[in-house]
Amino acid sequence: MNRYDYVRPDTVADAITALANPDARALAGGTNLVDLMKYDVARPALVVDINRLPLKSIEVSGDKLRVGALVSNSDLAWHPDVQARWPLLASAILAGASPQLRNAATTGGNLLQRTRCYYFYDPSTACNKRAPGSGCSAIGGVNRIHAILGASSACIAVHPSDMCVALAVLGATVEVEGPQGQREIPFAEFHRLPGDMPERDNTLQQGELITAVAIPAPQFGSHFTYLKLRDRLSYAFALVSVAAALQIENGTIKDARIALGGVAHKPWRDVEAEQSLRGQAPEPRVFEAVAQLILRDAKGQGENDFKIELATRAIARALAQAAAGMPQNQSDKVIQ
Amino acid sequence: MDQFASSRIPISLTVNGQRHQLAIEPWVTLLDLLRERLSLTGAKKGCDQGQCGACTVLIDGQRINSCLQLAVTRDGAEITTIEGLADDGQLHPLQASFIKHDAFQCGYCTPGQICSAAGLLAEGHTHSRAEIREHMSGNLCRCGAYTNIADAIEDVMQSRAAMKEAAE
Amino acid sequence: MSVIEQLHVGRPTSRVDGRLKVTGKAQYAAEYSTNGMLYGYIVSSTIAAGHISSMDLTAARRMPGVVEIFTHENRGKAAWLDRKWRDDVAPPGHPFRPLHSDRILFDGQPVALVVAETFEAARDAASLIAIAYEADPHCTELARKRNEAYVPPEKRSGIPPPPDPRGAAEQAYADAPVKISRDYRINPEHHNPMEMFGSTCVYEQGGKLTIYDKTQGSQNAQGYVTSVFGLSGDDVRVVNHYVGGAFGSGLRPQHQLFFAVMASLELERSVRVTMTRKQMFHIGYRPDNYQTVSLAADRDGRLQSIMHDAVAATSHYEDYQEAVVNWSGLMYHCDNVKLTYQLAKLNTATPCDMRAPGAAIGVTAMECALDELAYELGIDPLEMRRINFAQKDENTNKEFTSKALMECYRAGAAAFGWERRAQQPRAMRDGRQLVGWGVSTGIWDAFLQKAQASATLKQDGTLEVATAASDIGTGTWTILTQIGADAFGLPLEDVQARIGDSSLPMSPVEGGSWTAASNGSAVQAACDALKQSLFKLATKMANSPLADASFDDVALEGRRIFRKDDPARGLAISEIMHAAGLSELTEQGKVSPSLIQMMNYISYTHSAVFAEVQVDEDLGVVRVTRVVCAAAAGRILNPKTARSQILGGVVMGIGMALHEEGMTDHRLGKIMNANFAEYHIPAHADVEDIEVIFVDEQDDKVSPIGVKGLGEIGIVGTAAAVANAIFHATGKRVRDFPITIDKILTAPPLS
Repeated sequence: MNRYDYVRPDTVADAITALANPDARALAGGTNLVDLMKYDVARPALVVDINRLPLKSIEVSGDKLRVGALVSNSDLAWHPDVQARWPLLASAILAGASPQLRNAATTGGNLLQRTRCYYFYDPSTACNKRAPGSGCSAIGGVNRIHAILGASSACIAVHPSDMCVALAVLGATVEVEGPQGQREIPFAEFHRLPGDMPERDNTLQQGELITAVAIPAPQFGSHFTYLKLRDRLSYAFALVSVAAALQIENGTIKDARIALGGVAHKPWRDVEAEQSLRGQAPEPRVFEAVAQLILRDAKGQGENDFKIELATRAIARALAQAAAGMPQNQSDKVIQ
Repeated sequence: MDQFASSRIPISLTVNGQRHQLAIEPWVTLLDLLRERLSLTGAKKGCDQGQCGACTVLIDGQRINSCLQLAVTRDGAEITTIEGLADDGQLHPLQASFIKHDAFQCGYCTPGQICSAAGLLAEGHTHSRAEIREHMSGNLCRCGAYTNIADAIEDVMQSRAAMKEAAE
Repeated sequence: MSVIEQLHVGRPTSRVDGRLKVTGKAQYAAEYSTNGMLYGYIVSSTIAAGHISSMDLTAARRMPGVVEIFTHENRGKAAWLDRKWRDDVAPPGHPFRPLHSDRILFDGQPVALVVAETFEAARDAASLIAIAYEADPHCTELARKRNEAYVPPEKRSGIPPPPDPRGAAEQAYADAPVKISRDYRINPEHHNPMEMFGSTCVYEQGGKLTIYDKTQGSQNAQGYVTSVFGLSGDDVRVVNHYVGGAFGSGLRPQHQLFFAVMASLELERSVRVTMTRKQMFHIGYRPDNYQTVSLAADRDGRLQSIMHDAVAATSHYEDYQEAVVNWSGLMYHCDNVKLTYQLAKLNTATPCDMRAPGAAIGVTAMECALDELAYELGIDPLEMRRINFAQKDENTNKEFTSKALMECYRAGAAAFGWERRAQQPRAMRDGRQLVGWGVSTGIWDAFLQKAQASATLKQDGTLEVATAASDIGTGTWTILTQIGADAFGLPLEDVQARIGDSSLPMSPVEGGSWTAASNGSAVQAACDALKQSLFKLATKMANSPLADASFDDVALEGRRIFRKDDPARGLAISEIMHAAGLSELTEQGKVSPSLIQMMNYISYTHSAVFAEVQVDEDLGVVRVTRVVCAAAAGRILNPKTARSQILGGVVMGIGMALHEEGMTDHRLGKIMNANFAEYHIPAHADVEDIEVIFVDEQDDKVSPIGVKGLGEIGIVGTAAAVANAIFHATGKRVRDFPITIDKILTAPPLS
């Protein structure tokens, strides 16, 4: 760990001022940043403790949910309105990490968590995300957890969040504030693919702070699921996860949303594939076809080749769960 | 905004009911503060990375991995460690139940398991054996006492439910 | 001298150290403090082979609070001779010597120690040290070294090499009507006890050291320290009262012990050194291995040929050895057996005994192969094991002191409901899930080691029993207390066990499942001797009411000795002690294996493990829904803690079957998942229902107290039972452990 200065602003404005320093990092729940600091992956010159900022409320107004950036993952998942009306979000959050990590981790922090790529975490190896221009050790290395979609020759890391996969399906908006004022970023545009700038996980500008995440009302009733597949049954990152939601009317699919976790540098959505489901019957043949479509451009790296087949099957299964109105129970590990 | 010119930052923490005024560097974790400066070694360091749960303590009533908390960020908090769970020498029901069910072997993950279970009971979201397992999965036990730990927690949950029922 | 009622041994007894552990008051090695103590932080190499060309310590030295930085250039004084570094359980070779030179032998090798006034200063200064390396070619990939495998020229003490071939295994294999030959691999595993390795070395006036060390053997650690640093035994005491798990990783002194002592001696200060979790992946591991098992049988399932060949990893500097294949020659009756075991050198740290070393991997391969053969024959896998039951150890031609394995099969099968099993794979379902049932035999040595103990009566009639044993979660504190209590008819509260201290009577390292048998018998012997002395004192007292009694005429209860035929005639222990003018009375006891008996007899612990899995075939997800482990382990001193030991072994076996794998980037020679987030051990969610059965097994030869030991047997066979259950569920045979989602997905379906 390095030595750093520490400030604890009380207002968003003061925080933004402090974060103007390019070597500053905002610290909220600490569950990712402190870990990265211990590994010497993050070595900030200034830690801006934003825990005193007034960003801790969950507001339900009409059909919209607005979640302050400092709301803990637990508070969000167990909020009665979220449990009742945004259960996909609750389910995805509860599939991730552990109860004690979720008690500390925040909404904004969850969006900003960094990849679990082994090489990113090991400063003695080359990693373009950690040290731009140094190369990507994961290509040709130990990469069974790595990306099969949207990767680049510079980076094959994946985004580790579960919550974000649900937010992608829910069509959330990220509210941010920075030196240039406030702006809203559609969720699909928040995280980015690595391209030749893998050091950038998202489209936040220098000095910008997430203040809230806004989520519109879901339109799919009980036709949703969050299905997470991993190397042990809990407390592990996803190899592949699927958030799926269907609007079904008169036995046909009116609309569909599918997002994948664990397969790309961002929660992966394929709007074209989703649209192909419209008007179709909710049945296995259709689900398998759309799964194939979503994975059409998937590319394995060797050890993670299996993820292409696994993701295909997981999508089909998740859509079947959603169609049946039988969302995955995150405690009972039986997969229906 | 609090601006801290010196590297030591004044904070106040209430640990197991006792208030501490401390001046602490911002790179000291809550776990290291408890273990190395307050001699509360009940909270264990099993990984120092939030990956095992041995360091779990209750912060303002919530179970949290103390290894990933910089102590300065918890200025003003109330912290309960395993040392503060027993009430005047009387074991907390979870502590007694862990002994009864032999819910540990080496004992190193045990304080974290018990603090985590105390948090689990307070949360009120856990009603079945499968939920106990899932909601305790943030606490690894290499000795493999999992089934006994689940028994110990279930026992306390059931006796609490029975007491509640009797009271009604 | 008997006691009226033996209330403790054999009864479920809560741990005597339980209260300390649930209140956070049990102190582990890194939890002792003293004024002015310094903190050491280890810096690890980032290459796998080569040497250090330069180190820049400038920035690190500038960090406020840093006291000293040790590297190979300024390492403190330590023994020059290689053999001085050998500990009690070292394999043949050249023991690793921290900071000995600029040479790098493995990735993660300690290359510097930063010592500072605070933990944070040491940790953070360590991150400022810049090291330049000159790398040599390295190899960490066993597959690439298989063709260079060799039979270890020097045998490791205590590890039997494979027995000579018997019969004509190749010919019998060729001639047999039904046969299989399969390759298995069990990926490297890491012990990962929850407590990270730490040593607190308290530097006392005059240079005496009290060292609180995470070790499975305080005397092994003490011997190492005195030998390496040329110190007198009187000046070094090693304490390990509580050990936060070890599973073999604490058998040999780990390098944090060296660092704490070296820094302490150099700086004349107390020093604590703790490893990081990542560093714990570089202190020895269960070696990577490839195994081939070839089995042949007649059509009735009788084994005609067993061939088992293993190649396992070791380091470049030591020939680590364990008994991998030997089990295949003794678990079942077979006249034609050929077993081979070879090593291959990799640029890693030396492997290290890990729970049931050798058996955990060798028996897994054998038991999977036997399962495969049973399916070839169309014979129930449990029946297959019964058909080939071995009546004696055919490797050594010795009789078993006891072998209640048939009863394990019966009791385990009954509890599991095995008779309801459909023989063919894919025949059982629960909704969408395929259900499979698998079985395996488990086996482990039942050893008696040389051990000594003392027993001391206090003036008030309470008892203290002492031996330098360790309790790594095994329940040693409790069983020794139980033995002492029953020897003198005392309640547990009146008995104080003392263990975990090198100054106590001689004990072997805590390993091999021998502690209960060895130290327990030594305590029993000490108590027996103490009773004799007490009786003599009682009879010699003036006007003793026991003057005319023989030793067998009297009984003990309520801190009192009295005539069995007339309980009113007796003496309080305190009266006897007072009359003799003693404040306490101590006797010693010791045990050692009977060499004469060992010529004819051999002892093993056995088990039958039954596992049920549910497999989502499309997604490759496996849940182990039930395990029944029926064990025959001689006399069970404490069914409560004994059960926990089996539970723990089974859970680690589930980890071997499904989760655990150190993943190395062979280009870099680095373990990439060296942490608890990515090296998966089972979590709560992975463990559902485990039933433990101890079958009755009387054994008057295995150890004086009839105990066999339980530390390893729970893991042996569990991974095979799970793998066999996965085959039964899916018809897919995965022979590469752990059986992860990807392997189930890509395994060929049943043809």
